[in-house]
Amino acid sequence: MGKMIEIRWHGRGGQGAKTASLLLAEALFNTGKYIQGFPEYGPERSGAPLTAYNRISDEPIRVHSNIYEPDYVVVVDETLLAAVDVTAGLKETGGIVINTPKSPEEIRHYLKDYKGKVGTVDAKKISEEELGRYFPNVPMLGAIMAMTGLVEKEQFIKSMEESFHHKFATKPEVIDGNMRALKRSMEEVIIS
Amino acid sequence: MLRQIDPDVVAAFPITPSTEVPQYFSQFVANGQVRTEFVAVESEHSAMSACIGAEAAGARTMTATSSQGLALMWEMLYIAASMRLPIVMTTVNRALSAPINIHNDHSDAMGARDSGWVQIYNENNQEAYDSLIMAIRVAEHADVQLPVMICYDGFITSHSVENIMLLEDDLVKSFVGEYKPQYSLLDKEHPVSMGMFDLPAFYFEHKRQQAEAIKNAKQVLIDVQNEFAKISGRQYGLFEEYKLDDADIAIVIANSTAGTAKDTVDMLREQGVKAGLLKIRLFRPFPADEIVKALSHVKAVAVMDKAEGFSAAGGPIFVDVRSAMYGKADGIKVINYIYGLGGRDVGVYDVKRVYDHLQTIADSGQIDNLYNYLGIRE
Amino acid sequence: MSEIKKIEEVNEDISWRDITPGGIAPWAGGAEAFTTGDWRTMRPVLIEDKCTGCLLCWPTCPDTSIMPTDDGKIKYDYDHCKGCGICVETDRS
Repeated sequence: MGKMIEIRWHGRGGQGAKTASLLLAEALFNTGKYIQGFPEYGPERSGAPLTAYNRISDEPIRVHSNIYEPDYVVVVDETLLAAVDVTAGLKETGGIVINTPKSPEEIRHYLKDYKGKVGTVDAKKISEEELGRYFPNVPMLGAIMAMTGLVEKEQFIKSMEESFHHKFATKPEVIDGNMRALKRSMEEVIIS
Repeated sequence: MLRQIDPDVVAAFPITPSTEVPQYFSQFVANGQVRTEFVAVESEHSAMSACIGAEAAGARTMTATSSQGLALMWEMLYIAASMRLPIVMTTVNRALSAPINIHNDHSDAMGARDSGWVQIYNENNQEAYDSLIMAIRVAEHADVQLPVMICYDGFITSHSVENIMLLEDDLVKSFVGEYKPQYSLLDKEHPVSMGMFDLPAFYFEHKRQQAEAIKNAKQVLIDVQNEFAKISGRQYGLFEEYKLDDADIAIVIANSTAGTAKDTVDMLREQGVKAGLLKIRLFRPFPADEIVKALSHVKAVAVMDKAEGFSAAGGPIFVDVRSAMYGKADGIKVINYIYGLGGRDVGVYDVKRVYDHLQTIADSGQIDNLYNYLGIRE
Repeated sequence: MSEIKKIEEVNEDISWRDITPGGIAPWAGGAEAFTTGDWRTMRPVLIEDKCTGCLLCWPTCPDTSIMPTDDGKIKYDYDHCKGCGICVETDRS
């Protein structure tokens, strides 16, 4: 139980935060971890704030509640910082990664001076350049993996590629762009 | 799992959160991965009616539903059981309206607990998968011939991605075997009539026989579970005992929150509290004697219901457990907690509050409050 | 449960152990065992001279109690005829 890592995702309906949490679960499952990936279902409305969760462990996971004291938080949409208490319960031994063009120094102010690691990445820019559309979830997945280092980088990338081939079996043309977006954000995320 | 079982007929109507079951299954049908006849119907009442017709015609038949869908099936649930048709249904548990709520509690399945269906509750995806495969064997067994409902939590279990060990297709196929009904409407060599009118001179005998059949389901489930353990390495019981052997205080609980509560038990054990847990699996028939025996040494028990029975005398699992203990375990203090209605989240520390309450009862020997609501705003 | 060979065994002395599951009737033509002719208050009588053997009455009988005979006419199964009179209404001659 002690080794369990908990991640909370904050996004808006339609941005793929739920999909990202499920992709993360699948990718880490492929690396042999015990995983959970689940959203907090509510009224499913495009643009409304939503929360999704991941648990990752080396032992079987039995707990089936929401996550109140996450090790890490991912904020898929910067505007949520004004609407949601994203650092609620967040452990100071962990970190938070945010989709924003700002630097960690600039953003920390909006996080009630959270003491743990703060990471920022411009997922909007990466997504628009690599995919031609705004899907911030995959770049954010790359960023959180870069911050947590839960699995070795090459192994994660390989596992994600497998997941994409499975998920996008009917539209393989989007796989390359997503892989580029994933790798770029793993490089470009700034953590301090 | 439905793909591996490859039933002859699936008739279903989509309802959240069980929608994905017929949705994905109809893709398997469209892709030719199963030989099943998929019947798209216009309501759950029709879904169960079609299942009854198909099963009576000798087809291995399965379906899935939730909440209002199960409620709409009500009339036909009783007919499926009374006609002794071994339909297998996944019930993805969801609260009942009103007010409208799509989230998890056990109001739907608990309302159907006396319909004559065998009911098995499941903690996680793995258990639900395993139980569904075993359910075919239990339902179709000559001593049972009754429909079986496999219950698991909506969203928490149904929409969560977690690790699961699947069995090989061939292994599942040979485990469930071929369906050979004793009677079938399509057997032209042995024509039969079903759904007869029954006068007072016979109806009572038919009900008594049906009661015997569901009683038999207990031993059949034990046998099937033992056989399943040999092919899967996973051994199930009528219920699961977690650190119950030497427990002073214990809770009785069904489905996914049992997993959360196991973490609570571990936390309390580290603090030196002798906490234990009994997880309900087979709820209909109710293994009363076995449960009483398993709880016989504890000082205080909290039975947790994720459904309000509206009896003003406790939730459905509580009523059964307490009644089973009467005269056999009278010294034990038993209380009831209603929790998690309409998807109210229950975490490790919420369950701890129940154990804390039990500890005060065990210490004082007095029950201060019999019926309790976990985390309700007073 | 012992296997029931014929419908006559399902009577008001049968125990719950032996009764058929779910009220199934695992025999075809079980109605033959019940002499519903007992219920009759009026009985049809064939007037041999007038019957033309047209058999228009035959499909209208709700109890299949009209049986064509080799001489091209009919006879009644009085064990099962309830005396409803439909055949009389149908008769043209």
